[in-house]
Amino acid sequence: MTFEQAVEKFDPVLGLEVHVELNTETKMFCGCPTTFGGDPNSQVCPVCLGLPGSLPVVNAKAVESAIRIGLALNCSIAPWSRFARKNYFYPDMPKNYQISQYDEPIAVNGYLDVEVDGQTYRIGIERAHMEEDTGKSLHMGGATGRIHGADYSLVDYNRAGIPLIEIVTKPITGTGAKAPEVARAYVTALRDLLRALQVSDVRMEQGSLRCDANVSLRPSPDAQFGTRTETKNVNSLRSVERAVRYEIERQADVLDGGGVIVQETRHWHEDTGKTTSGRTKEEAEDYRYFPEPDLAPVAASAEWVDQLRTTLPEPPAQRRARLQQDWGFTDLEMRDVVNAEAVELIEETIAAGATAGGAKKWWLGELARRSNDSGVALADLGIDPDGVARIETLIAEGSLNDKMARQVIDGILAGEGTADEVVASRGLVVVSDDGALTVAVQEAISANPDVADKVRGGKVAAVGALVGAVMKATRGQADAGRVRELLLETLGVQE
Amino acid sequence: MPALSRDDVAHLARLARLELTDAELGHYAEQLDVILGAVQRVSEVAADDVDPMSHPVAISNVFRPDQQVPGLTSDQALSGAPAVEDERFRVPRILDEE
Repeated sequence: MTFEQAVEKFDPVLGLEVHVELNTETKMFCGCPTTFGGDPNSQVCPVCLGLPGSLPVVNAKAVESAIRIGLALNCSIAPWSRFARKNYFYPDMPKNYQISQYDEPIAVNGYLDVEVDGQTYRIGIERAHMEEDTGKSLHMGGATGRIHGADYSLVDYNRAGIPLIEIVTKPITGTGAKAPEVARAYVTALRDLLRALQVSDVRMEQGSLRCDANVSLRPSPDAQFGTRTETKNVNSLRSVERAVRYEIERQADVLDGGGVIVQETRHWHEDTGKTTSGRTKEEAEDYRYFPEPDLAPVAASAEWVDQLRTTLPEPPAQRRARLQQDWGFTDLEMRDVVNAEAVELIEETIAAGATAGGAKKWWLGELARRSNDSGVALADLGIDPDGVARIETLIAEGSLNDKMARQVIDGILAGEGTADEVVASRGLVVVSDDGALTVAVQEAISANPDVADKVRGGKVAAVGALVGAVMKATRGQADAGRVRELLLETLGVQE
Repeated sequence: MPALSRDDVAHLARLARLELTDAELGHYAEQLDVILGAVQRVSEVAADDVDPMSHPVAISNVFRPDQQVPGLTSDQALSGAPAVEDERFRVPRILDEE
């Protein structure tokens, strides 16, 4: 069944669980560093290894971040909140339990508005709670590095204990055929919000933002919720949309064929664009949650919460609307800027002295192209807003043309230094000295008599070919505007 | 309060990865029942105006600053591990073959 048929016949209901790793210096319950990519088991201590006798102590900054996230999501902050033990046996948690929150989460009952095709969807937030991340396993001996069929596993506990906030939506209904896009828009909006709060790196490809998507179908919007599946391993914004779409199609096929949906965990596979069944749970999960006896409760006073409220940034959607107006971009232009993740880059480039148009031209043009070609994010390309602003200034002053500016970018990306250093070392100077240009202009005209005649006859646009010839003769170092003027002057044509 | 059944104990034993014989199931069911009965007596004296507590001391907001504290080297961390490979803890197969 196609997606269109599936959403025609069934009403999808979503639930999204997002785990975000906080960017604190240290772990949730111990002073180990949280840096990504360290040597295996080099960022551990008795607490995060679960050694006997060790005791956890809560990271104040993590609680602060949790409260700020709750406030930004319009949640109520619980005046009294406790940690709980979630008991299970799995080697990625050396204590055989994860410290999480259960019936007394730090933040409850909020919302986040997201927009899809001009329509606003209010996504209800059930809760946001604090917990600790697990270690990382490598599964060895299997064909594909997956847990199924592996002979044994290797565990690195550097990630175990990194503060996590789990943000759980209420059931998302009423999205119909837009369900996949709403899911993506929600995770995008949440990521932007978390980035604005500066509480996380929010890098899905590194796992600091992870999404589990619950999907169920029901025959009509007034029917009871159907059985849901939970799809894990959804590690990019695009995958969120694809995975939800795939699950809707798959479940519709099952239901349409008279089958039943099994409540299960499913795994998303980026390469095939499909989900496969994970562990089927023979019995209901029994985590035997109980209040964590090693930790005192968190009592967020009204004063503390109010003080943290004053630290909230301008909401991303509002900020974008304000910037769009300041910059004079159309909706379409602004959307391109947002999609390219260039809002901050352009803002900083303008702050460094470029015009809005100039900043956009470089970040969404030449630099976006290089970003796409190399697969490196714009922000990581190796040129900063100051560099782009300087190039724009040099162009505005007439000392660089666009072609040379691209060479300056080449130089900066190759690590040859700042814009000015590259200009100096590569000898990039616009030739606008009329004496030098006049010779090239004369040569271009005599080498292209037909074109020259056309221009004299009134086809001014044809002059472009002559400009090109002069630029070639001057190895791109001429000021193209000045060349054009000189050509038209010499040919006796007025525009 | 209903007595803890042998099935309850079998369930708990499975969750705790304990292998108990039939005789042990009965033995522990009896013992656990006594313990539960003793703890149950607390509710006879705890009135509605006494909040449940999860910590023996009535304190809250015990935090530490977000500052690094030296931990273990990977050699130290792995020194007690039964098996090590590539600086990682080597653990037996997690899922049974199906």
